[in-house]
Amino acid sequence: MSVIEAIKLKPRDFASDVKPVWCPGCGDYHVLMSVTRALAALGTPPERVAVVSGIGCSSRIPAYTNCYGFHGVHGRSLALGTGLKVARPDLTVLVMSGDGDGFSIGGNHFLHACRRNVDLTYVVMDNRVYGMTKGQPSPTTEPDWDSALAPGGTGLRPFHPLVIALASGANFVARAFSGHPDETARIIVEAVRHPGFSFVEVLSPCVTFRPDQSEWKDLVHAAPVEATDDPARAARRIMTDDGFNIGVLYRGNRPPGTPQAGAAEVDVAELDREFAI
Amino acid sequence: MTSTGARDSACVAIVGSGGAGALTAGSILLEAAGKAGWYGLMTRSVGPQIRGGEAAAFVRLSTHPVECIADRCDAVIAIDWRKADRFADEFALDSGSLLVGDPRGGDVPEALLRSGAATAEVPMKELAKGIEGGRPNMIALGVAAGLVGLSTELVMAVLEKRIGSKGAGAVAASRAAVEIGLDHAQRIGRPIALAAAEGAGHGRWQITGNEAAGLGAVRGGVRFAAAYPITPATELLEWLTPALAKVGGVLVQAEDELASVNMIIGSSFGGTPSLTATSGPGLALMIEALGLATASEIPIVVVDVMRAGPSTGIPTKSEQSDLNIAVHGCHGDAPHIVVAPLSVSDCVFTTQWAVHLAEAMQAPAIVLSDQFLGQTLAVIDPPAPVAFLAQRRVPDAAALAGYQRYKLAADGVSPMALPGMAAGQYTADGLTHNEKGTPSSRTSDHRDQLDKRRDKLTGFAYGDHWAQIEGDGDLVLLTWGSLTGAAREAAQRLSEAGVATRLVAPRLIAPLQVDRLQEAIAGRRVLVIEQNHSGQLYRYLRSMCDLPGEVRTLYRPGPQPIRPGEICAAAQAWRSQ
Repeated sequence: MSVIEAIKLKPRDFASDVKPVWCPGCGDYHVLMSVTRALAALGTPPERVAVVSGIGCSSRIPAYTNCYGFHGVHGRSLALGTGLKVARPDLTVLVMSGDGDGFSIGGNHFLHACRRNVDLTYVVMDNRVYGMTKGQPSPTTEPDWDSALAPGGTGLRPFHPLVIALASGANFVARAFSGHPDETARIIVEAVRHPGFSFVEVLSPCVTFRPDQSEWKDLVHAAPVEATDDPARAARRIMTDDGFNIGVLYRGNRPPGTPQAGAAEVDVAELDREFAI
Repeated sequence: MTSTGARDSACVAIVGSGGAGALTAGSILLEAAGKAGWYGLMTRSVGPQIRGGEAAAFVRLSTHPVECIADRCDAVIAIDWRKADRFADEFALDSGSLLVGDPRGGDVPEALLRSGAATAEVPMKELAKGIEGGRPNMIALGVAAGLVGLSTELVMAVLEKRIGSKGAGAVAASRAAVEIGLDHAQRIGRPIALAAAEGAGHGRWQITGNEAAGLGAVRGGVRFAAAYPITPATELLEWLTPALAKVGGVLVQAEDELASVNMIIGSSFGGTPSLTATSGPGLALMIEALGLATASEIPIVVVDVMRAGPSTGIPTKSEQSDLNIAVHGCHGDAPHIVVAPLSVSDCVFTTQWAVHLAEAMQAPAIVLSDQFLGQTLAVIDPPAPVAFLAQRRVPDAAALAGYQRYKLAADGVSPMALPGMAAGQYTADGLTHNEKGTPSSRTSDHRDQLDKRRDKLTGFAYGDHWAQIEGDGDLVLLTWGSLTGAAREAAQRLSEAGVATRLVAPRLIAPLQVDRLQEAIAGRRVLVIEQNHSGQLYRYLRSMCDLPGEVRTLYRPGPQPIRPGEICAAAQAWRSQ
């Protein structure tokens, strides 16, 4: 083993010196900690990791890492991450999002990223609120949650991201809690290692607009049974659990859908031939 | 013009209802004429049906390269006349034209007869029935070949290539049908006196603008494409799928245009020159991400094959009405590159150049093609290979020490680290950022980075490719894109009629080369010619520079293309006042 390989990477090797914009006590600090711990455990050097995001509180995370990062437009992080991973399959690609970015404006990309099953990891920090715009309901918000934009609540049934991921073809589905950073890091490590599209929903409380979520730390509990490889069974469990089961819930065995760039078989000039009369 | 004396150009239309094979017959006619040494092009016009609608193939043949449709049709050959009146405007018939129809295929539409065109009958269905496996469209092909003076052997050389795999019987049936058609053309006794082709067609190409743009992209180094289907751009993407696979690239079908443009931003961030193609509605969806590519300085190429708009508009018809959105669509101050190919052949050059420009300046480039360029099949001289390649500036070891992705530079272009480069890590960001890439709302950072993005585009050495300029006459025909061919033909006719002209067709729409444009038109009268409802180019030019002297406009929307005769008429009318 060379000297370089022998150097063990530490979480701080994956953290930048940029100060987060998050509120004190935000769950996303712990998610950042989990990501850097996971990357250190994976041992891939930071220059071979790309962290891609959209817009929202959680999407500020790329600049807080020491990896290559992309803070793109609202809702499109999965598309951008897919293009990057297909063009550069040698990279580890983490796509980071929130419940508004990922499930509302980016909802269509979520479905198709699951279907496409490209080998990347999608981590959504779910706090059931738009925080950056100061407290509007998101697709995962409870129907009776009162806000200025929807007084008395939206009355709408919350979106069920884990079940939708299963129905759409995600190959790995897990739920984590930001307040358990070591466990979250372990889940992210497994998600990255699992072939194909891995989806991790991290319950990450918003202390500012959803102070009621402080009770989550008392509600979360380990999933009572082992993960299944049967998507129907996993979906039934998730549809009927209390929403606070933590752990890996589904490990699929679909081969990854990453389209491979072919080997260059011919010189570009060969393409001219089909046009000759 | 009548059919006396050999002419250097002729146009034949073949029309038929669903499944009649008019387009197939037209493309075989074009290729056979190409083999004989004529240049030419085929445009197609179809009804709104997905499959089985009426269709017309317009084949224009010429002794020299042609880049626009003719002012008139010499002959229309109808496999049947059902709904052929919908093409009445496009046929542009006159008393010198000939209408050949199958008496069993309905009456010749009144709208066509009003032109005074001569008529003739060939019972194509009946004749086809007499041949085992015979098809009426092959008889129509034979009639067309006979009218322009193509031999059976030339037509059969193309047919054998196309249907040889179907067996000797199919080839024999087609030969018999073509021969009968040729014989009937003789009997009609009104040949189209097309001047003999000069030189052989060997070595020439038959290509559409969509294929040409795809080829230019691959020649320029594009190795990743994302695709969402949209008329009339889809063929470009379909051509790229196998082409990219052959040269070590890849195409991904996206779920929508929002995804396709963001996918290519991701792949280009990874270091792979990347492209997508769309039409107006798709470009509208991509606009936000074009701003992201501008702000984060990621090179991408978006080909917009324009169609009549707004909204769904007329998806199968050409218009030059996306200039405004292409140049001005982005929110904020978002300088980017807009180029427009000037012919089917030029789609190769201009798309390749766009890849080069985007990569060299780390900025998005929009290529404004249109339905006419994209879907016209043309016989052309092979486009010469050019040296423009994707060459992205990446940091060396010195630049990686204390690396700053958006470092201010004299030419505005800062080295771009690619994932995998140690010490090059940065976060690309649509947020205003400082030189390092860290989000910042400081006044100086915002201004400096806006300046940087502007200066790298305005200071670039575009060379003489910014425009095509021909002639030195007093009257400037100033046009762009697919109308360049029609304007060139008009310029020639005007010169022959004693009106000295100069053709000025900017290939680089943005950043507009104001000084060079003013120099090109100084001291001359200017007629600005474009195909849209509001004079988008004219207004853009007015907003950017002082157009000296007398300036007039010729603009109108699609779907009928502006033909050379219309341009000549506008120029002559101005002259006679």
